[in-house]
Amino acid sequence: MAGTLAEKVWDAHLVRRGSDGAPDLLYIDLHLVHEVTSPQAFEGLRLAGRPVRRPDLTIATEDHNTPTLNIDLPIADLTSRTQIDTLRNNAKEFGIRLHSLGDADQGIVHVVGPQLGLTMPGLTVVCGDSHTSTHGAFGALAFGIGTSEVEHVMATQTLPLAPFKTMAITVNGALPEGSTAKDIILAVIAKIGTGGGQGYVLEYRGEAIRALSMEGRMTICNMSIEAGARAGMIAPDDITFDYLEGRPHAPEGADWDAAVEYWRTLKTDDDATFDTEVFLEATDLEPFVTWGTNPGQGLPLSANVPIPSEIADENDRFTAERAIEYMGLNPGTPLRDIAIDTVFIGSCTNGRIEDLRAVAEIVEGKKKADTLRVLVVPGSARVRLQAEAEGLDKVFLDFGAEWRNAGCSMCLGMNPDQLAPGERSASTSNRNFEGRQGKGGRTHLVSPLVAAATAIRGTLSSPSDLAKDAADALASA
Amino acid sequence: MEKFTTHTGVGVPLRRSNVDTDQIIPAVYLKRVTRTGFEDALFSAWRSDESFVLNQPAYTTGSVLVAGPDFGTGSSREHAVWALKDYGFKVVLSTRFADIFRGNSGKQGLLAGQVAPEDIELLWKVLETKPGTEVTVSLIDRTATADDVVVPFQVDDYTRWRLIEGLDDIGLTLQHSDEIAEFETTRAAWRPTTLPAKHLPPVEIVAARPVS
Repeated sequence: MAGTLAEKVWDAHLVRRGSDGAPDLLYIDLHLVHEVTSPQAFEGLRLAGRPVRRPDLTIATEDHNTPTLNIDLPIADLTSRTQIDTLRNNAKEFGIRLHSLGDADQGIVHVVGPQLGLTMPGLTVVCGDSHTSTHGAFGALAFGIGTSEVEHVMATQTLPLAPFKTMAITVNGALPEGSTAKDIILAVIAKIGTGGGQGYVLEYRGEAIRALSMEGRMTICNMSIEAGARAGMIAPDDITFDYLEGRPHAPEGADWDAAVEYWRTLKTDDDATFDTEVFLEATDLEPFVTWGTNPGQGLPLSANVPIPSEIADENDRFTAERAIEYMGLNPGTPLRDIAIDTVFIGSCTNGRIEDLRAVAEIVEGKKKADTLRVLVVPGSARVRLQAEAEGLDKVFLDFGAEWRNAGCSMCLGMNPDQLAPGERSASTSNRNFEGRQGKGGRTHLVSPLVAAATAIRGTLSSPSDLAKDAADALASA
Repeated sequence: MEKFTTHTGVGVPLRRSNVDTDQIIPAVYLKRVTRTGFEDALFSAWRSDESFVLNQPAYTTGSVLVAGPDFGTGSSREHAVWALKDYGFKVVLSTRFADIFRGNSGKQGLLAGQVAPEDIELLWKVLETKPGTEVTVSLIDRTATADDVVVPFQVDDYTRWRLIEGLDDIGLTLQHSDEIAEFETTRAAWRPTTLPAKHLPPVEIVAARPVS
């Protein structure tokens, strides 16, 4: 029977089909764990006298609370320290593999899984974190779960789930220079809205998606949740297999051959149908930035802050007014005129080696604007090591940026990396909610390229602005 | 889990859309390792504003939240549900819920009922014109009643059954342990295991220091 990629992976994990309105029971291949959403789940197991059914399908890392400075010293925030210690004790008690702060494999859970080669096509992957959708870039069915479900997976290695609907998002054409995967996904969210994907698994398709690296695909799938979808997927291909081959947990020998043979079947059949289809043209896609307080409030960088009185729908107008007020903006202001206080480069959205290389290429030999600070936070300790091996740390430090240790950092400010009230960031992360990066902080979501150009010019900018500046300087010389 | 059939309590009109989980409970409160005690964290940024609905005496004891569309978007944090429950909420009504939030609510006995936009308006009008009005929510009939307004709400059959019976999901699944074990025997050799651990050689990570 013809099926979509999501349906094929779903069907391959059916322990039992639900009847009479009961959900299906799905087997979970890989359970990723971090310190924030797990303590209450472990406690639940302890109270019920239950073990973790499959410690060998479970892996934990410390990421949300970990400081990015002075990691050799005790964590200053006592509640953060307690949460980290709780994970360490739980991992020991239940026999879970844990990569702790200071370990070369520590880092953001969604960066660590792929780099260890644990994330593979055709798996079901869950984690008590909504950005688990990242792993869908490999053709895995990957989604975030709540703490009750974390406990459920620990106890049973399964989850009861009602089937998702499917949505195809086809991105045609080739991305212009200066635009990236981040701009594609911000444009998608602006198009379908923060609730547009609710109840769906998204499948990203089309020429522009096929041309992306694994890092770019992860950026796209990562933000599926910002469109309301629990999962986003991309069919695996040679780019996927090349990324995986030789990684520590990638299959070897005959297992590798068998895996690739199976993985090649993981694509939506030509005669399969989606419940909904959305199309986007990449050819003229400009860099996108957000102006408001949800990720759907994004516009091309050449646009202006919206004028609420011009918005017909009453609720939309009210929402826009509120967002503009919180963001401290004036309606009609060109987005390019917005001055930034902090540039944050990192997170599970854009904290991978390719992102750091892209930033380094732009800022090399330049100095940051002296009106702002720049934080570069690698997604994992291995990404940091790789960047240092390539000399990128020197590039960032010479530029005037701070070169930090790995973690979630300012994406959500659970550690000391936060915005002050009223402070404005250009951030390569995934959420611009009120107070997300610190109480009263104001966030503009951007691509790594826009972050780099903004760090040089001090206002929201793209690499094309740098080229224009250089041309103007030549002309006036 | 406590059984849920009907609930009557003060209705709280929250005229906002896209109430994301960072608004329901900011990340700084997620550092706790307990499952209770989050009542102070609920809507903490908004509660510092005197005019916020929960700061008005008529609504302070509310237990039925009536909110705009796309409630509970963003992070998967179940703490959002815990904070609502700890504050005293038993029911949230909205025109649309984020998937993860709705799932978390069902696991924790917080009823998330989906109501048509025009019916949410009707409820808001009653609750705003007569602050302190009680709403009766019947999970048996799938209706919410405030004054003379009766509106239907949707909740899927399975969640409704589990809430009415007060059933624990893990217990239900463990009834199928044999089928899980059977499924595990079919798992292909290439599928990964995290143990024994494999990784690149350990390397010392140098601690970053603050810039002066």
